[in-house]
Amino acid sequence: MTDRIKKAGRHVSQNEGLIFEQSAPGKRGVEFPPLDVPAIDARTALGTAYARESVAGFPEVSEIEVMRHFTRLSTWNYAIDLGMYPLGSCTMKYNPRVNEFVARLEGIATEHPYQPQELSQGCLKILKLLLDCLAEITGMDTGTLEPAAGAQGELTGLLLIRAYLEDTQGGPRKKVLIPDSAHGTNPATAVIAGYEVENVPSDEHGQIDIARLKEIVTGDVAAMMVTNPSTLGVFEQNIAEAAEVLHAHGALLYMDGANMNALAGVARPGDFGVDVMHLNLHKTFSTPHGGGGPGAGPVMVKKILEPYLPVPVLDEKDGHLALDHHKRKSIGRVRAFGGNFGVLVRALAYTLAYGPGIRQATEDAVLNANYIRKKLEDVYDMPFNSPSMHEVVFSDARQKKNGVSTMDIAKRLIDYGFHPYTTAFPLIVPGAMMIEPTESESRQECDLFVEAMRAIAEEAATTPDLVKTAPHNTRVSRLDEVAAARKPVLRWKPKAHSS
Amino acid sequence: MRYLPKSTAERRDMLAAIGARSIESLFASIPEKFRLKEPLRLPAAMSEQEIIDYFRARAAENSGGYTSFLGAGVYNHLRSVVTDSLIQRGEFLTSYTPYQAEISQGTLQAIFEFQTLMCELTGMEVANASMWDGSTATTEAVLMAERLTGRHRVVVARSLHPEYRQVLDTYTRNLGVHIHEIGFTSSGQADIARLEAAIDKETAAVVVQSPNFFGVLEQIPHLAELAHAKGALLVVAITEGVSLGAVRPPAEADIVAMETQSFGLAPSYGGPYAGVIATRDKFVRQMPGRLAGETVDSNGRRGYVLTLATREQHIRREKATSNICTNQALCALAVTIHLCLLGKEGLKELAAQNLAKARFALDLLESIPGVRRAFSGPFFNEFAVQFPRSVKLVNRDLLREKIIGPLPLGSSYADLTKRALFCVTETTSRAEIERMAAAVREILSKPV
Amino acid sequence: MYPSDYRYTKEHEWIKVSGNTGTIGITDYAQHELGDVVFVELPAVGAKITTGDVFGTVESVKAVSEIYAPVSGEVIEANAALSGAPETVNSDPHGAAWLIKIKLANPAEVTSLMGAAAYQAFVSEKEASA
Repeated sequence: MTDRIKKAGRHVSQNEGLIFEQSAPGKRGVEFPPLDVPAIDARTALGTAYARESVAGFPEVSEIEVMRHFTRLSTWNYAIDLGMYPLGSCTMKYNPRVNEFVARLEGIATEHPYQPQELSQGCLKILKLLLDCLAEITGMDTGTLEPAAGAQGELTGLLLIRAYLEDTQGGPRKKVLIPDSAHGTNPATAVIAGYEVENVPSDEHGQIDIARLKEIVTGDVAAMMVTNPSTLGVFEQNIAEAAEVLHAHGALLYMDGANMNALAGVARPGDFGVDVMHLNLHKTFSTPHGGGGPGAGPVMVKKILEPYLPVPVLDEKDGHLALDHHKRKSIGRVRAFGGNFGVLVRALAYTLAYGPGIRQATEDAVLNANYIRKKLEDVYDMPFNSPSMHEVVFSDARQKKNGVSTMDIAKRLIDYGFHPYTTAFPLIVPGAMMIEPTESESRQECDLFVEAMRAIAEEAATTPDLVKTAPHNTRVSRLDEVAAARKPVLRWKPKAHSS
Repeated sequence: MRYLPKSTAERRDMLAAIGARSIESLFASIPEKFRLKEPLRLPAAMSEQEIIDYFRARAAENSGGYTSFLGAGVYNHLRSVVTDSLIQRGEFLTSYTPYQAEISQGTLQAIFEFQTLMCELTGMEVANASMWDGSTATTEAVLMAERLTGRHRVVVARSLHPEYRQVLDTYTRNLGVHIHEIGFTSSGQADIARLEAAIDKETAAVVVQSPNFFGVLEQIPHLAELAHAKGALLVVAITEGVSLGAVRPPAEADIVAMETQSFGLAPSYGGPYAGVIATRDKFVRQMPGRLAGETVDSNGRRGYVLTLATREQHIRREKATSNICTNQALCALAVTIHLCLLGKEGLKELAAQNLAKARFALDLLESIPGVRRAFSGPFFNEFAVQFPRSVKLVNRDLLREKIIGPLPLGSSYADLTKRALFCVTETTSRAEIERMAAAVREILSKPV
Repeated sequence: MYPSDYRYTKEHEWIKVSGNTGTIGITDYAQHELGDVVFVELPAVGAKITTGDVFGTVESVKAVSEIYAPVSGEVIEANAALSGAPETVNSDPHGAAWLIKIKLANPAEVTSLMGAAAYQAFVSEKEASA
């Protein structure tokens, strides 16, 4: 069986305890230039009520120990740099290293958000150019780069809609419509924006049900949040019609741009009726995921929403760029200090690398997804048969008959040298297996993935236990999540910790 | 295109395997009228060298060659090469959120270490895996206090960072939360008498920052007593984490919301940084954000998983504790590495250097006729002074000397015109402090 | 399987009535669907619960199940043992893992709930269609 595993082999990985377990008094990993002003005692300077002796539980280790500790930990991770990451809806693509290089430049990384604007023209030009590029790619009029991540982009977008409705229609309205296939952040965000959530069921093709939409859009509806392509990887055919229905009732259309990787250079949300949308720069625009962030979630809008954009707003005055912190109708500030500038730098570096050729990336992403679909559709069930764009959703319906679930197949993929695909999402597909290869995968890598998935399908039929107990070749086997949740241990404590 | 690993022939073969006539046909599900016919009007594609040249040119238009005395929530501290090279390892940089624990143990164990370090620093019992930044962490802490108490009034000290207060306002405006702001006294600390009067049976939280926006330490034990007496929670925001190397942690607080930028993260014109929420064990179910927990695998081996996930949006959707999904993981990793390098002694020395430098700078400034400290309370590495004239005028002249002067407090506090907030850290040399003080003396000696 | 002296809801709660007091829990079917229970959240003593409203939650690692009040009443006791041993919900859902005891607001309400046989049939039908 193991000879079928072509991409991965065994290798020695180092064991490593917690950094705290290596601590010994007197060691340190950093030294400072000598103090060049008179030293002062903290107790004297602050008073005994405010002073602290030292941080009791801090480790004491040398530089080499820190280097080895974190290098060893790093080798326990899978990463895009090691291979394909077919996580549907997450768009795990190559993160170009030049982006890291430019974000760290002296004069970029070193700048303080409060320094005078005449000494910040370089930073402001970067922001301006990125905003212009994003407006062109999305077909929207303008936007804000402030939101720290997609979820904050969603909140910003809904607050803009709220402010617009209050300003032009005398009230914010009550409800936001959200399809049942949506990301969990959509409903969670709507509640924080002060809206009730009404779930909208998809039709039998997993698409927006226009007839149903016409029934439920009333004067109470502020907006509908749509992911397009949907989380099934399918373009919403009726998106423009949905926009018309909403607009006819004075409501707006919000687009979750999580799947913009299927559209960049090919179609623009601004052209098919979207009023406001967010982008996940850590997805489509290649800023590294970093084990869970940082990201950035710019929000792009049509002209009607411009007056309400969060401050500061980038303006041009006498040939110079400036940040305006005082806009009368602004929703305010969603994050201090303007946003994740370093992430924005990386996204611009990515955009400049492609230019108009970004269309080729989109085409390759869609090509890869359709190729994988074609090569797997005879062994895995496809709950929705609509044409796929950048991702394809299968289900475990056939394997389930042998007791093998999507999670088991995903875990077995690890043995074959791949990161699992997305399991159990979207919620409308029981046993979902959501695969997004992105444009970063070569034909060879796609073929290896296909071979692995086909081999696992066969194992699920012949040796289901092998799949159900996977992974078999990792440092740790399946971890006891139940014990972790029943008696949470969320920090290290020394043997005789008093507090 | 160098990022795309396919030849023309491979693309053709793959299309043939799919049975598609053209790449265009794969986009047929997009209605014809919405498919772009023209290339996007974007700058022409650039090579790696051209990208570097573009950003070098932008960098040259910024503040290179200037000495800065700005802090106010974003601090210049020493950063280490070790931290930066470690976080650029592809296995950290290009890995996803560690949902698949078997192949994410590196990230998970590092988060567990981060959570531990944050508890030790803040005196709290449990800390999360990070929030977007200090301002959103503070806001989330307030929303958490609301859920815990079932109350909807919040008493906020005006000495909390103005931008943090604005973010809090943006988030809470539509949620029926009433915010009551409390001023400060001549010490620069929150006005305890007014604060005590403002806390009532409907108060969910009292929110202060320490060191506060003026650099002054708040009286945390006393504030906690006042809040607890009425059943409210005390939320303490911390923007300058290095202070915790010399200053007592806010152990009496119920929730601590901290910005960790000071621990090895570049100012980077506003971000990315990493916020964190730390609290008591008993409140953990209402805490937003990811959490790593220790467990064992099927062979009894120690390992880590993301846990208590039922609090989060991907499971609880509209009933989640927060909408946060992507956080600041790589920044939190940098903070973890940086703090391990510093260790117990390093952090103590770092804090001591900041204390000493700030006092050295204040002494020099106070020796200038007409300049005096604006507040009397204890401070760490930031302090406010009062000038005999507009701070903006002083700063304009300092810029000619290639010095970025202090933050004018008047732009955020109408009652604090002519007051300037200085920040002095270990990165500011004695020579730079002396040059700045000499320049201020010179500027003030001349008529406006 | 399902005790004959209990009454059941379509949301898979059970109630056992003794005099004016009702003891409420979730059924074996519910615990099985949820998987390993890791946390139980219950109302405070003195809280009023109303028929059909959510009064607590039972959580597994990746799911949250809300518990609906089968009838109205006032909470007189919550099962404190469950916070330290949530796994009891899996091992003894109809016994030791009772969730709350209430003082019934209207004892007649109970008669509208399903008996054991009816609930067994309801569950069997669900299992067949799954």
